[in-house]
Amino acid sequence: MKIAVCVKAVPDAAAGRRIDPATKRLDRSGELAISDFDTYAVEEGLKLKEASGEGEVVVVSMGPEKAMDALRKALAMGADRAVLITDAALENADVLETAVALAGALENEGADLVLFGQQSADGGGACLWAAVAEKLRCPVVSQVSELTVADGSLTGKRQTEFGYDTIRAPMPAIVAVSDAINTPRYPSLKGIMGAKKKPQEKLAASQPGGPGTTVVALSPPPPRGEAQKIEDDGSAADRIVEFLVEKRLV
Amino acid sequence: MSVRPSEFPPPWSASDAVTPPTDPVDERIDVGFLIVGAGPAGLAAAIRLGQLMEEDPATAERLGEVPVAVLEKGKAPGAHLLSGAVVNPRGLQRLFKGRKRIDEMPFYGEVHGESVLFLTKRRAVRIPTPPTMVNHRNYVASLSQLGRWLADEAEELGVTILPETSAEQLLVDGGRVVGVRTGDRGRGRGGDELGNFEPGSDIAARVTILAEGTQGHLTGAALERFGLRGENPQVWALGVKEVWKVAKPLGQVIHTMGWPLRPGKKFREFGGSFVYPMGDDMVTIGMVVGLDYRDTALSVHDLLQELKTHPRVKRILDGGERVQWGAKTIPEGGFVALPSRFHAPGLLLCGDGVGLVNVPALKGIHYAVESGRLAAEAAWRTLARGASSRDALASYDAALRDSFIWRDLREVRNMRQAFGRGFYVGGALAGAMTASKGRFPPGDSPTERDADQSLIHTDRAASYPAADGKLVFDKLSSVFASGNRTRDDQPNHIRVQTQVPRELAELWAHMCPAQVYEVGEADGDGTVTVKLAPSNCVQCGAITAKGGRLTPPEGGSGPEYTVT
Amino acid sequence: MAKTLVFLEHHDGSVQKGSLGVLTKAVQLGGEVAGAIVGSDVRAVAEGVGATVWIADDAQLAAPLPQPRVDVLAKLVRDEGYDTVLFAQSVLAADIAAGLAARLGAGLNWGLVDFDGETGRAPALQDTVVVDVGWSTPVRIGIFRAGALDAEALSGAADVREAAVELEDFSVAAEMVEQAHAEQQGPSIEEAEIIVAGGRGLGEPEKFALAEELARALGGAVAATRAVVDAGWYPYSAQVGQTGKTVSPKLYVALGISGAIQHKVGMQGSNVIVAINKDPNAPIFEYSDLGIVGDLHEIVPKLTELVRSRKS
Repeated sequence: MKIAVCVKAVPDAAAGRRIDPATKRLDRSGELAISDFDTYAVEEGLKLKEASGEGEVVVVSMGPEKAMDALRKALAMGADRAVLITDAALENADVLETAVALAGALENEGADLVLFGQQSADGGGACLWAAVAEKLRCPVVSQVSELTVADGSLTGKRQTEFGYDTIRAPMPAIVAVSDAINTPRYPSLKGIMGAKKKPQEKLAASQPGGPGTTVVALSPPPPRGEAQKIEDDGSAADRIVEFLVEKRLV
Repeated sequence: MSVRPSEFPPPWSASDAVTPPTDPVDERIDVGFLIVGAGPAGLAAAIRLGQLMEEDPATAERLGEVPVAVLEKGKAPGAHLLSGAVVNPRGLQRLFKGRKRIDEMPFYGEVHGESVLFLTKRRAVRIPTPPTMVNHRNYVASLSQLGRWLADEAEELGVTILPETSAEQLLVDGGRVVGVRTGDRGRGRGGDELGNFEPGSDIAARVTILAEGTQGHLTGAALERFGLRGENPQVWALGVKEVWKVAKPLGQVIHTMGWPLRPGKKFREFGGSFVYPMGDDMVTIGMVVGLDYRDTALSVHDLLQELKTHPRVKRILDGGERVQWGAKTIPEGGFVALPSRFHAPGLLLCGDGVGLVNVPALKGIHYAVESGRLAAEAAWRTLARGASSRDALASYDAALRDSFIWRDLREVRNMRQAFGRGFYVGGALAGAMTASKGRFPPGDSPTERDADQSLIHTDRAASYPAADGKLVFDKLSSVFASGNRTRDDQPNHIRVQTQVPRELAELWAHMCPAQVYEVGEADGDGTVTVKLAPSNCVQCGAITAKGGRLTPPEGGSGPEYTVT
Repeated sequence: MAKTLVFLEHHDGSVQKGSLGVLTKAVQLGGEVAGAIVGSDVRAVAEGVGATVWIADDAQLAAPLPQPRVDVLAKLVRDEGYDTVLFAQSVLAADIAAGLAARLGAGLNWGLVDFDGETGRAPALQDTVVVDVGWSTPVRIGIFRAGALDAEALSGAADVREAAVELEDFSVAAEMVEQAHAEQQGPSIEEAEIIVAGGRGLGEPEKFALAEELARALGGAVAATRAVVDAGWYPYSAQVGQTGKTVSPKLYVALGISGAIQHKVGMQGSNVIVAINKDPNAPIFEYSDLGIVGDLHEIVPKLTELVRSRKS
């Protein structure tokens, strides 16, 4: 079984801490790492491959050249190959362009199962996989917290606001896994040392289109507005209820 | 009836960190040379070995598939590196001779002027720069950035760097160091194995070079196990610093003495502060205080906050913004506290771990680099045909004694101890030592263990400024600004007694810049419970100097420094 | 003039509050507006809405799966010329919206808290920055953050129209084996619209009952700070903060929480923050909307009682 795992390399240091020094190059405060959410997908891919006793796990990503360093962590965890789509034209790609680029690479791979993590650690967007499924014209199941694969089809437990659905789909299919599905393994030392030797491929974008969205402006968040601070004189509970009613929270 | 921290030793012994290999041979990881610590000493050793490999590939073949491996417990090289720093480029120039120029190294510029200020609460008086502190032809650097750059250079030479990997035990077999055992990952708070538990591994190497920095975990165990301790105990200072984005460039390097430290002999408050420009738009400011201080209410973290309120300092930071914070101890024993030997069978020791720091000059980085370079050369000599490993490793000691490190440290060997007599007497003695180039006073002044100092209690804490989130910060905000996001559910890595007299608990609570210790309930017999929040720990090592012991937590834990 | 289609998600016979909020917004902005309900036996649901609503009513559409809904909406957009398609965030809606965007080559902006017809407004990076976003494609798709918009009763005449149902093979490949039941023990903290969080000020583990009672009364979930999780008072799955979960509910009630930055970064995106703490200098008061300096052990039981009686 061939499993492709789509991952995104995001800035590693916590937000707001990337400073450009007055001096030069090789400043790694902009170092990239695989988004935490995606490590669950990598782990799931590895578990499925181990359970079936054979197969291949390929990590696929879209990003700048230095993202390949981040992909090595997936190789260190046990993935077999890394494919990085890298193209200056895709530098600020939105979900549409990303989906098109990933679909292009995935089509070449012809995987039985494509895994995604549940959301992008830096973009917060939670729906790339559905766009990729549309491009690849295959079934998609998201928010999966339990996944089994047998006889060419998969069964996933999908977590929604209303509880858990059980969904079955034939492969090839796309599954987005939630962080409840497993606990990602730490790469072993042997894994880390062996990662460098595993195949790492760079691709240009197959058919770059254009973005569908624009960023018009950035602004700081609105101040919290009139903050009230009061000392309890016995009536605090009433004051709170009044406040909540006013805000239509109760 | 006053308490000494040393009366409450930690539940730890060196033998906890030494073990024979236990992994089956086919699970063992074999490397040629193993270096513990991706700091300036370890990376200098790695780079020198890489250069030697390039020059002599036939010999390099004998080191196997992974000729040189460097273990780093931080998230990445640089994550746990912190210093001022004004660097003497000598070490790096010797390391990169013929391959790199100074302008290719990640410095923030040459020092262009400096002053030393004596501070009182409101005033600053310029005093002549003591000769040991002249920084002409030195360069301002971020040690964390320097570390990252050195790591890249090492990797280019074929060195394997293994971040997020702690070295927990020294592997000793038949009286010889044969490698290191790495720490487990994925244990819960109670030591239980979590879903992704990954046991540590035995890493076997021909020679192990320990470059762990201050409070080196395995270094401490090795000094004990192989009887390498010198005559005098090591002593430390705690340095706490911040990096700020500033509105106006600070054109010079500043050191201060005096306020907010107290000069009286009974306080034993030795130290001062530094403010260094990092390019035109950043500065770094730090406070360094010897851990032989006695007042349980002393908090170096809060002294730094207090320092920033001094008008002379505040105006440097006005209009600016704090971007990073960190803390680390510095070995201050100097020459008299060096180990009696720097090698053992299969083992070499370098850098801050063995105290190669020139305290009056505030310099240690170039010694770390030079010692790493020398260690690499000694290790390489074990590969020569017909070489005796023992002789090869012993040649490291000889090389150290012949080096500028030895000369420099010997010259200033008594200066730090002189300040045990108080600031003014110490200052006078220091002047005499400089003038005589170390010949006066003759002999070696002993050091006293920091943990042997009896505690006193004052209301010093009353004058620490309140946090305002702009100029003055509280400890938890500072921990956040170190990039620390340590996984909570893991075993406690700090070894301390948790049932101690109140004064000792208070000492620790104030001492720790990361608010790890909290004074808990009194237990009716004169002691209190000490509560710990180990995931706050930035691994500065202060606790080891004052009655406890820091051991390395799970690899990848701790701060994520980038510009310290 | 904009022609807007709003996906109305329904469950157990009624349209979700969030979807109605988006529909309210669309109506306020003007232009031609219609909702779309997709499922089985949905006519009655559509008639209760008070606006023009397309229905795609078919047994094949009974299960709340995204891909058949993409087929239905795509056809509606193409046939009827809608230029704007809006959704309220949900697991289902996000999948539909993204699939639709790929089908139509339409730009997709999500996490919106507001929209003026041209530009959307979306907080980003853990709510530390607000981004104004636009679209550069003929069809625009937007997803609004849960709880961002309030629904108002719509007074228009019910106008139910039937949409064509033409499904792709791959859209119906996934099948619902068993659908979720409504027996939940309250929302998980990531989805909860209301969270009551407890910190060290509760005093002892047993006092978490105060937080739980209040959460139950308000219909919310219970969260905890790192300090109390470390001390074993509450499980790690409830931990909010830098090394725990990040949440952004409509209401966050902080009981006995000092509010150090490690906690703040996990909940600063909350719409409304109410804090009760007996320390007037607790940092949490610097960023809460209503701060009460007082004894939570006295205030919270009273508060819980008042909320209960209001609701009944």
